[in-house]
Amino acid sequence: MYNQTEIIKDTSELGADGELVINMGPQHPATHGVLHLVVTLNGETIKKIEPHLGYIHRSIEKMCESLTYRQFIYVTSRMDYLSSHINNLGCALLVEKGMQIEVPDRAKYVRVILSELTRIASHELWLGAMAMDLGAFTPFFYAFREREMITDIMEDTCGARLTMNYIVPGGLMYDLHPDFQKKVKAFITQFKSKVTEYEDLVTNNVIFQSRTKGVGILSAEDAISYGCTGPVARASGVSCDIRKIYPYEVYDKVEFDEVLETAGDSFARYMVRVKEMNQSIRIIEQLIDNIPEGDFVGKTKNVLKLPKGEFYTRVETARGEFGVYVVSEGGTTPHRIKFRSPGFSNLSVLNHISVGSKIGDLMASMGTLDLVIPDIDR
Amino acid sequence: MFSLEGITTNVQDWLLMKFNPTMALAIECVIVILLSISLFAILGLVLVLMERKVAAHIQIRLGPNRVGPGGMFQTVADTLKLIMKEGLTPDKADKFLFNLAPFVVMMVGMLLLAPIAFAKNFQIWDINIGVLYISSVSSLSVIGILMAGWASNNKYSLLGAMRSGAQIVSYELSAGFAVLTIVVLTGSLQISEIVNAQQNGWWIFKGHIPAVIAFVLYIIAVTAETNRAPFDLAEAESELTAGFHTEYSGMRFALFFLAEYINIFIVCAIGATLFFGGWMPLHIGNWEAFNHIMDYIPSSVWFMGKTFFLIFLIMWFRWTFPRLRVDQLLNLEWKYLLPISLFNLLLVAVIAILGWHF
Repeated sequence: MYNQTEIIKDTSELGADGELVINMGPQHPATHGVLHLVVTLNGETIKKIEPHLGYIHRSIEKMCESLTYRQFIYVTSRMDYLSSHINNLGCALLVEKGMQIEVPDRAKYVRVILSELTRIASHELWLGAMAMDLGAFTPFFYAFREREMITDIMEDTCGARLTMNYIVPGGLMYDLHPDFQKKVKAFITQFKSKVTEYEDLVTNNVIFQSRTKGVGILSAEDAISYGCTGPVARASGVSCDIRKIYPYEVYDKVEFDEVLETAGDSFARYMVRVKEMNQSIRIIEQLIDNIPEGDFVGKTKNVLKLPKGEFYTRVETARGEFGVYVVSEGGTTPHRIKFRSPGFSNLSVLNHISVGSKIGDLMASMGTLDLVIPDIDR
Repeated sequence: MFSLEGITTNVQDWLLMKFNPTMALAIECVIVILLSISLFAILGLVLVLMERKVAAHIQIRLGPNRVGPGGMFQTVADTLKLIMKEGLTPDKADKFLFNLAPFVVMMVGMLLLAPIAFAKNFQIWDINIGVLYISSVSSLSVIGILMAGWASNNKYSLLGAMRSGAQIVSYELSAGFAVLTIVVLTGSLQISEIVNAQQNGWWIFKGHIPAVIAFVLYIIAVTAETNRAPFDLAEAESELTAGFHTEYSGMRFALFFLAEYINIFIVCAIGATLFFGGWMPLHIGNWEAFNHIMDYIPSSVWFMGKTFFLIFLIMWFRWTFPRLRVDQLLNLEWKYLLPISLFNLLLVAVIAILGWHF
């Protein structure tokens, strides 16, 4: 049997000044996926957070070097699995840009609609998961009720519910499902009537507000210097929406607002995502009735070869700026490839915004950063 | 009319006829112990199923519906699974305390059963300091939780146990003051006296606004005392995996799990006794016919109905609110609930002295 002093020694192994070092993850309920955080605590107060990556490293970038330009797109569905269409779109845009492939209008419209549906689905999942981190279980099921409709639409469209592959260089893999427009409209009606429930259950909840307001404050300067993008940066007032700054596909033809908040705390990040869902609905509403008839895929060569040189494209995923950088030697496969994933930069601020707060605040900050670990740990 | 009082009187008469009084008392003790253990088991099964069904209803799901009609035997199957599972003890745990802790928590629940009046004249022990007994025994459960957290030799468990310690010790005060308001109104600490004082109306109706405030304070405080959401910081699964019982598995985990539900039942039973008249039927002023019909409903049904209503309320909280942070939890108690309950007690004392209550 162990006496008390031995137990004390064991529980504070790095033990200067009563510090407590806790390994949160790789298996931990709040580090969705397998993020490994080494948290140094002083009682309940956080002194340092060190994210350790590598637990699910699959070296996707290296893998892509041995795949052709048609194939490497689909590996990116396994990175940020909640934005798979948008990742695929980024890669397809790169190949199209490099080879000057003309994309038919129909494909452009459908790509944008699918991107926005993906964004809503991603934000819905985040909403439920973040509420669960804060201890409220019910919003998860409410959010999944709407997300389920999107997953059904995706299943009808491209046959998969999670790692969707539909976008090919030059357009789409095959034409739309005949019920697509009807189902998307049904989803819009459902979403609009139910979105008030989130307001009642989560946004206006006193406990939720006290848990998130003023927690994990990220200033605009820090957001820029850490390279944050997407809702995390927009909640700090940094305008960084790729859809607005460098419009791709038909984003320059639709009307939507870039959601900006200034507080920079967890509640602002929450509000940005909730409002973004409404903006996405707005975009889909403008496009869904106007999908032009015609080809769904442009004419491409059977074997795609990018000319010699360096190529970069970026798209706005649900988490921020996703960049694809390819060095081509003129062959059928990329010579070097690098993905700029939004989650990696967003994770890097976690230590900065959490030091000095309580363990409970860590869940609020981490939840609102919306981390998808396979995206960070490629 | 069905009444539990009749059964107990018959049993006692029969025992006294057959045995000498000491022997009869001994046999009664054994019967009571067996009954309370089986009550525990049944309550555990029923409440776990109820929680899952309530949660499912709130979360637009169906809940358990495969094992038995309407999923009735789901909890039986779960219990069997837990019994069959190996109860692991961590290598560096303090084995004695680790194994003792679940039983301490369970024991507290059992002790608290004694003064509860389940029906008219159906009470294990009508001790004259009933309310005092309840508040003193219920504060023992924190020892079991601290023991579990400390002995597990796990950092999550330790953090959970420390949170739980701070939380239970603080919220005990508000719960105590809320109970005291009713003691002041009744003028007695005895549970049977408190119930009898509500013959012509329950305290929540008779005691004006202070009684309602006391009831709200009581519900908040006991939710915190039983470590239920939004005050489930001791478990806080997204923060501390499972808090103080992270290292427990098998039957010892089941004991913690069961103790949680037993504690909910007990605090709700006490709440029903103090504020909703315990087994007293609902009587409204001069409505003779209505009052007579109400009298025909057995007192045990009244008691259980009120208790389960309060249990439903507490379950409703759990599935609606997010969790508080640890400093907010303590702020809520020391900055808001405690001053309010002190002031409320003063108000009730004035009302009781001037005889303003009905």
